[in-house]
Amino acid sequence: MKIIVCVKQVPDAKDVRLDPKTNTLARDGVQSIMNPYDRHALEEAVRLKEQHGGTVTVLSMGPPQAEDMLREAVSCGADEAVLVSDRAFAGADTWATTYTLSMAIKKIDDFDLILCGKQAIDGDTAQVGPGLAERLGIPFVAYVRKINDCTGDTIRAERLMDDGYDLVEVGLPALFTVVKEINEPRIPSLKGKMRAKKIDITKLTAVDIEADPEQLGLKGSTTQVVRVFSPELRGERAMLVGTPSEQVSQLYEKLSPLLSALGAVTK
Amino acid sequence: MLHIDIEACIGCGVCESTCTFGAIKVEDGHAVVGDACTLCGSCVDVCEVGALSIEREEKAPQGNLADWSGVWVYAECRHGKLAPVALELLGAGRKLAEKRGVPLSAVLLGSKITGMAEALIAHGADKVFVVDDPALASFTDDAYGNALSALAKKHKPEIILAGATAIGRSFIPRVATTLGTGLTADCTDLAIRDEDGALLQTRPAFGGNIMATIVCPHTRPQISTVRPLVMKPLAGDGGRKGEIIPVHLDPAFLKPRVKVLESVVEDLDRVNLSEADIVVAGGRGLENEKGFAMIRELADVLGGAVAASRAAVDSGWIPYPHQVGQTGKTVAPKVYIACGISGAIQHLVGMQSADTIIAINRDADAPIFDVATYGIVGDVFEIVPMLIEKFKERKSA
Repeated sequence: MKIIVCVKQVPDAKDVRLDPKTNTLARDGVQSIMNPYDRHALEEAVRLKEQHGGTVTVLSMGPPQAEDMLREAVSCGADEAVLVSDRAFAGADTWATTYTLSMAIKKIDDFDLILCGKQAIDGDTAQVGPGLAERLGIPFVAYVRKINDCTGDTIRAERLMDDGYDLVEVGLPALFTVVKEINEPRIPSLKGKMRAKKIDITKLTAVDIEADPEQLGLKGSTTQVVRVFSPELRGERAMLVGTPSEQVSQLYEKLSPLLSALGAVTK
Repeated sequence: MLHIDIEACIGCGVCESTCTFGAIKVEDGHAVVGDACTLCGSCVDVCEVGALSIEREEKAPQGNLADWSGVWVYAECRHGKLAPVALELLGAGRKLAEKRGVPLSAVLLGSKITGMAEALIAHGADKVFVVDDPALASFTDDAYGNALSALAKKHKPEIILAGATAIGRSFIPRVATTLGTGLTADCTDLAIRDEDGALLQTRPAFGGNIMATIVCPHTRPQISTVRPLVMKPLAGDGGRKGEIIPVHLDPAFLKPRVKVLESVVEDLDRVNLSEADIVVAGGRGLENEKGFAMIRELADVLGGAVAASRAAVDSGWIPYPHQVGQTGKTVAPKVYIACGISGAIQHLVGMQSADTIIAINRDADAPIFDVATYGIVGDVFEIVPMLIEKFKERKSA
């Protein structure tokens, strides 16, 4: 089975903060990491390969430094790595991104399954997986939490829904996005690290993937960011004072009328 | 690309410190842009001397944008129930439609769902398109996506809103790709721009650390998915008049490539977290699973639901369906009691629209206190058991 895993290098979102005084993004010490959900997609691909044979190719669209992340993916079990990188891709929204990835995948050509993380932690859109499936004309399953059965022609999987889960069956080729519950990603092996050091990463430009320049980057995007700003928080900050039991009594007095109004904790 | 006017640039470095991507640096007294630039525009906004600009080649619009008119809401149903977000979207859609002077329509997809159309009219819809077909009994991206795309191609709405739910976030991107238009995910605010009537879509990014307002300038429809529990529904008015339009689609069109073999509703909790009036939440400060037993007890005494921060879920103390925040659920209860939660922005975006927020935390500097209506600095293992006792007494009084 030939599996492609789409991975994205992202700034570690938990470190990105807006400075409330200057309203600018403080990025000191912000690390670039492999999008955490993509790590689970990669792990699932490597497990499927271990059970059913085949190859795992990691594919990323990003700046040249995304190469480091692709090497890390190889150290965790990927066989091949492809980086699609070109200044022409800058400013791409999800529409232009799915176009670029679809053209790169058409170049790679042969695949049975594409796995992606459910979303990237920088944009949080969850749009690239489904958009890419549509561009490639293949079926799509979102939020996969378990792959139950894989015959090589079809896969049975569980997808997470808001009120539970669905058991679905789909013929290959197909594209899945995965959630964290699907597995526990492994740490790189020593052998993997050695391979990652030596591997030749395939690098593709806009010309290599025969992309229409009109469809790329900012120019090819259907959406535009018009304003970036800091979220407003409610600033109440009313601290209770006194000994712990005094504070609990005050809180009880404040809460009681609210709870009575809700009909909770009544006789 | 990003253009830097070297003459105008004073080398102050504000752009360098603003760039989240580390793509801009001051060298030899002026700004220089590198490969990591994503053209997000943050630096252009902060430059005090106007030395930065983004050259946008304006795209030819797709046909005449004015041919697209009207606001649509996808009214989600699952297992025969209307999702609450459908009514919230009608509330938001009503305002947009009135500002634009156009009708508000709802789209109902499913099997045996025609009966729900009345409720949609009572909550603000002027028209309801109903595709009631056994082929839509289970949710599939193919059938639902084809149905909504076909309706949109025929009737040309200028705006489509859907809930940012598992279903909405799964099939709406496919609809946007099929229609060749832009989509903004997970919006928390929607408005109409006065100058040109464009939809201003505001959403959190970087795990809620920043907000971005996005437009879809050259293509229609403008499509947004909207976070549940952010918009307010209108009060139902049974006297409102509206038109119900049954639609029959070609069966070949509703044939999915993904088969749903089984659809399981999981009993997540005795109380549905998203709809609970009282939520008691625990975080890293609870230290272990036993800490959560205390949270459950308080929730039981108060008749509320149990929630958790991502830290607690990641530690395996409580399953994911209880997670509140950017990558979990959004809740807006009457009372939210945060115990041992520091209040990372990712958590705050999921609960800050609660009416009353109580925070109990050992660290007086924890950001959770910035959103708290009442804050107690103290040990959760001391405070929470005392609260449980107080409310138990009240219950038995």
